[in-house]
Amino acid sequence: MAKFEFPPSILSRPVWGRLEARSGKSHLMIADAEGAEAILDIATPELMENTHIIYIPKGANHADKLRALAPAQFYEGPSYDASVQRIRRVLSGAHMGLQVYLTGTESLMGQAMRETSTAGIPHSAVQTEHRGSVARRMQCVHCKGITEDVELDPFVCSHCGLNLFVRDHYSRRHAAYQGVCVDAEDHGNIPEPKGIYE
Amino acid sequence: MSGAEKIKVKVTEITPINELVTRFRFTQINGELLPTFSGGAHTVVEMDDGGITRLNPYSLMSDPYDQSSYTISVRRDDEGRGGSLFMHNNVTVGDEMTISYPVNLFSLDLRADKHLFIAGGIGITPFLAQIKQLERFNGNWELHYACRSEALGSYVNVLTDRHPNETHIYYDDQSQAINLVNLLDGQPLGTHVYVCGPKGMINWVRKTAEDAGWPRDNIHYEEFLAPQPGKPFEVKLATSNKVIQVGEHESLLEAMEREGVDAPYLCRGGACGQCETHVIGYDGQFIHRDHWLDDDEHASGEKIMPCVSRFEGKTLVLDR
Repeated sequence: MAKFEFPPSILSRPVWGRLEARSGKSHLMIADAEGAEAILDIATPELMENTHIIYIPKGANHADKLRALAPAQFYEGPSYDASVQRIRRVLSGAHMGLQVYLTGTESLMGQAMRETSTAGIPHSAVQTEHRGSVARRMQCVHCKGITEDVELDPFVCSHCGLNLFVRDHYSRRHAAYQGVCVDAEDHGNIPEPKGIYE
Repeated sequence: MSGAEKIKVKVTEITPINELVTRFRFTQINGELLPTFSGGAHTVVEMDDGGITRLNPYSLMSDPYDQSSYTISVRRDDEGRGGSLFMHNNVTVGDEMTISYPVNLFSLDLRADKHLFIAGGIGITPFLAQIKQLERFNGNWELHYACRSEALGSYVNVLTDRHPNETHIYYDDQSQAINLVNLLDGQPLGTHVYVCGPKGMINWVRKTAEDAGWPRDNIHYEEFLAPQPGKPFEVKLATSNKVIQVGEHESLLEAMEREGVDAPYLCRGGACGQCETHVIGYDGQFIHRDHWLDDDEHASGEKIMPCVSRFEGKTLVLDR
């Protein structure tokens, strides 16, 4: 699958990188959906000897390919929310020298980054690579509710029902982009929704 | 005027610690409280050594919250340029001196869950202040301190008396060495390592930690380089429109100051980056000694750190 090139934006917008195998005591790879392909790209038998993969398929069918890499530990979770307890448990018992690799959707990388930062790994030391869907995890700045997998701009807040404009303004703490009411000044004047990058 | 703001102080106490190290206590001449600082900060001490002005940075080792006085510890370097010898031989109780406001290039990262200190010799001084700072809010720290011998182990007794569980001492002459690989292995996530000591020790800790996969942001080090003597050379200062000579035993920065050029500086030891100077033209070779510029910048011939670096060749033109 071709990698999506995000257009240049404001400083607040996260910039994702490209995974590379790094030396370290142990490796934690967290991926969802097409992020599996980024792991497959860098996997070597030596790397996998000390690697724990946490994978959330989100409908993709890469789990068997990851399992075939024979990582030291492999966990397949039904959702990020179902997997976050495991991520926290792994980080709480981890030691310095752990290398973290996050790949897949922005929602997965942002939320997992929040966990690794809380655990004491500076964000500059965590590797990321975007793969797959460009849908966003959005926070409504009015009701604070989170709407996952937003593909259209504007969109309707799944909590309060306001029509929200998709901003590039990002919050690391919420691991979400900010959605702002699009028709606050002129009620009912809502632009035709289109793809975020169209 | 370049450098940090100045404070007029009086020497109120001089305490020999061992054969090589002496502690100096300063209070403000005007009787006011000194500024607080943060552990790891240093002050630049001005010395009038027979007409030569020496400006040497020393780590503050006193309690950062104690505003009544500052203390520094100076290790006598018989081979050095004379700053430490001046402190040992010429300074007496009651002398008035000028020091700079504290400047911190080696501060604690307070996001750390644990602070792992590695000290070699006189490199213990910034940690003494950092430990006092951390003890105020029950910080999690551990010290591994290598000294040449028991006789030269500055402040070993104070540390082992007050902090027996956190302090680990290693004497070279008893063939005790820090097992660094083991020490770094198994440190909890969120640990930051700090090293202060000889260049070899700093490089060893940085390399071992990086090889073990520690993030760069979790590795902190401080090394003040003393300017090294070298062949005299001539420099054209384009902005000041002056041609100056840099003597064998003075740094480029000191030569500029001698000629009345107000060049920026803070640490005078190749660490802080304040004196970075743009090179307009040159024909010859740079002798880069700082650890501010990276290898590419050193190779580019576009920048020099005049506090510690020198030049050999025909012409050097600086934008100063």
